Amino acid sequence: MLEFLKRLFNPEPSSVTARERLRLVLLSDHLALAPDVVESLKADLIAVMSKYVDVDIAHCDVTFEQQESVVAMLANIPILGMKAPARTPRPAAPPAVRQAQDDAPPPMSDPAPASAAVADVPEPEVTPAAVTSAPKPRRRRRRRASTKPAAAH
Amino acid sequence: MHELRQDPLPAAPPAEQRRGRCIVVTSGKGGVGKTTTTANVGVALAASGARVVLVDADVGLRNLDIVLGLEARVRHHVLDVLDGHAELDDALVSDKRVPSLKLLAASQTREKDDVDTAAFKAMVDTLRERFDYVLIDCPAGIEMGFQNAIVGADEAIIVCTPEVSAVRDADRVVGLLGERVKITLIVNRLRPALVKRGKMLSVDDVNAILRLPLLGVIADEPGVIVSTNRGEPIALDASSPTGEAYRKIAGRIVGTDTSTPEIPREPSFFGKLFGGQR
Repeated sequence: MLEFLKRLFNPEPSSVTARERLRLVLLSDHLALAPDVVESLKADLIAVMSKYVDVDIAHCDVTFEQQESVVAMLANIPILGMKAPARTPRPAAPPAVRQAQDDAPPPMSDPAPASAAVADVPEPEVTPAAVTSAPKPRRRRRRRASTKPAAAH
Repeated sequence: MHELRQDPLPAAPPAEQRRGRCIVVTSGKGGVGKTTTTANVGVALAASGARVVLVDADVGLRNLDIVLGLEARVRHHVLDVLDGHAELDDALVSDKRVPSLKLLAASQTREKDDVDTAAFKAMVDTLRERFDYVLIDCPAGIEMGFQNAIVGADEAIIVCTPEVSAVRDADRVVGLLGERVKITLIVNRLRPALVKRGKMLSVDDVNAILRLPLLGVIADEPGVIVSTNRGEPIALDASSPTGEAYRKIAGRIVGTDTSTPEIPREPSFFGKLFGGQR
């Protein structure tokens, strides 16, 4: 009877929970055990971003965090300013760069140093006014990493 | 206990061709059944006619001798041989039940760091010239004892129970063994009734993560405990399904058995009633 009630309120068998927990913990383990992979991922991320913006390479921080149901990649890549527009030259002045204050951080723990220089970068098409009215200046880029079990041995 | 038919020993090949296979039985996590697995797989291999030596590399925590029921016959141990205090032949304990099986016991009063890695490998190489199979019972952990145990092996059997901790450790060990070692998996202590009710990881769950060739699956059943109590490896019990599972594992190692490993099923009601062992 107790068993039945338990099953009624918690329909997921514990083996499914075990499977899911293992999947996440092994993904974290594999990332932690492959520092060279993480380093080259970080270098590639910076390289891609550097095509569009000036990145403060010395203060870049890429970490992985195991959360409740997902392993997330947290990339804190401070942006110093826009790159000079090379491909689509515009007659207008270079896009304004606004120092963002950390007034609306994403609802999660913050391992990044508070002093890191962060700039909110407007899209090239967006006017500075539109940027100012943007609801949330994004301080950090957050991406969900793929949570497929990795076989990096 | 039924006696297994003893095949005559195969004629020894010429010395220059001889190089037995060295297989380390390892897991990372302790208490998953490495020693029981080493004992039973070794016994089953030897019963099929192969010349087998079991090496207990768990220096300081010697147990393979007692699981095999040979504890009273150990006179010298691994470190006696490595330190030159005993001849290899004097340290090898014979098993009367399976004449082609020998045991090299671990030292109980020494520590794992006392083992010289190069000397251990040289000893394993010597054993490989004289036996078809050198099975090494690896200590738990991934420290020096583990490193010594794997140094001479080019094959590994990972023993893993269907538990999150065991799977995680097994995954770590697989990474440490690297590409050089050919790895296979034995899932140990499976409880079919729990798997059926979703209360235990299944063999597929375990191997979806480890992704290793499956050598066999051993059920968690009283017979294994009883046989260990008595020092009579269950692989010698011709009437036991678990003994049969170990013999099939041996067949797969030798290459004579190409069947897919069977997943143990829940014993029937009558099996539970009458299958009891004491």
